[in-house]
Amino acid sequence: MNTTDLARELGQAFPDTPGDLPALHARLAAAAQRDGTLDIAYTTIDTPVGPLLLAATGRGLIRVAYAAQDHDAVLQALADQVSPRIVRAPARLDQAARELGEYFAGTRRAFGVPLDWSLSAGFRRAVLARLPEIGYGATASYADVAALAGSPRAVRAVGTACATNPLPVVVPCHRVVRADGAAGGYLGGPEAKRALLTLESAA
Amino acid sequence: MRAKPPFEAVVAAHGTTVLRVCRAVLGPADADDAWSETFLSALRAYPDLPADANVEAWLVTIAHRRAIDVTRAAARRALPVADVPEAGTAPGADHRELDGDLAGALSRLPPRQKQAIAYHYLAGLGYAEVAAITGGTADAARRAAADGIARLRRTLAAVTISAEGCR
Repeated sequence: MNTTDLARELGQAFPDTPGDLPALHARLAAAAQRDGTLDIAYTTIDTPVGPLLLAATGRGLIRVAYAAQDHDAVLQALADQVSPRIVRAPARLDQAARELGEYFAGTRRAFGVPLDWSLSAGFRRAVLARLPEIGYGATASYADVAALAGSPRAVRAVGTACATNPLPVVVPCHRVVRADGAAGGYLGGPEAKRALLTLESAA
Repeated sequence: MRAKPPFEAVVAAHGTTVLRVCRAVLGPADADDAWSETFLSALRAYPDLPADANVEAWLVTIAHRRAIDVTRAAARRALPVADVPEAGTAPGADHRELDGDLAGALSRLPPRQKQAIAYHYLAGLGYAEVAAITGGTADAARRAAADGIARLRRTLAAVTISAEGCR
């Protein structure tokens, strides 16, 4: 047997066993959580508006993203902006996933999951922090929200704050609509916005 | 500056290779623990890893250190035994049921040869990278791998002959 054959046989003696990885991965996620090195845990959940990425730090939910926003790109942005210690670890997202499930089932009107606001700052954060005041099933215009945030003329900045909301659905930027009653733009796409508004008006 | 990918991407890209290396160097019984400890250590250190580092070589380096820890712990557990087994044979003890096959033969090689073979042939590292992990020169790593391969070939040839003799 020559060395090339032996090398090939070695490969066969120690084959790739990707099927063994999920159990090891789950163990790693749990150990990292205990170890305090799991800076960002994430999971994806299926919803009526498509798969949503949920990511949380130890402080709370830091990111919700639609498939249209490209989950890989969103995770890379989290690695760049917060920490690259990012592991798929659904356990930390249990509460967020449960509350979103209830919301999409029409049995939840407000979210209680702790939020980590570190991706928002300044006026944008001030705008986003006021959005939960627009009640479930209600809508407000961009101008209304600008007034609510204390800067009535900053209508365009409210639009930017909504367009860059790191926590869509949970922080209800979908309830901010155009003054003429049209739904207006949405980071998850206009269909997702309509679906959420329809869901809330039906419940 | 090149962006550093989320650690999850590192596990996805290198998880199976590191598992193969752990199995080859430690045997199946200790491989899972070594894999978990390797990736937990790697996660801790990940923010400080240079973005242009060879991630696979870095992971194998960590796995190598974990394997040494596991081997030492196993040696401590085995201390009260009067006849201490030869270095290099103890960690492969759980391969014994596989006697005669390649995995078993590899487990009985001296550690340096076993490591050189695993890191070069299974992890695909060059001999300079192997040497950086195990110590010594690249030439010494190449010789260790060649000696190990020669010994494996002799072992397997002997097995093949005795198996044919049984017919």
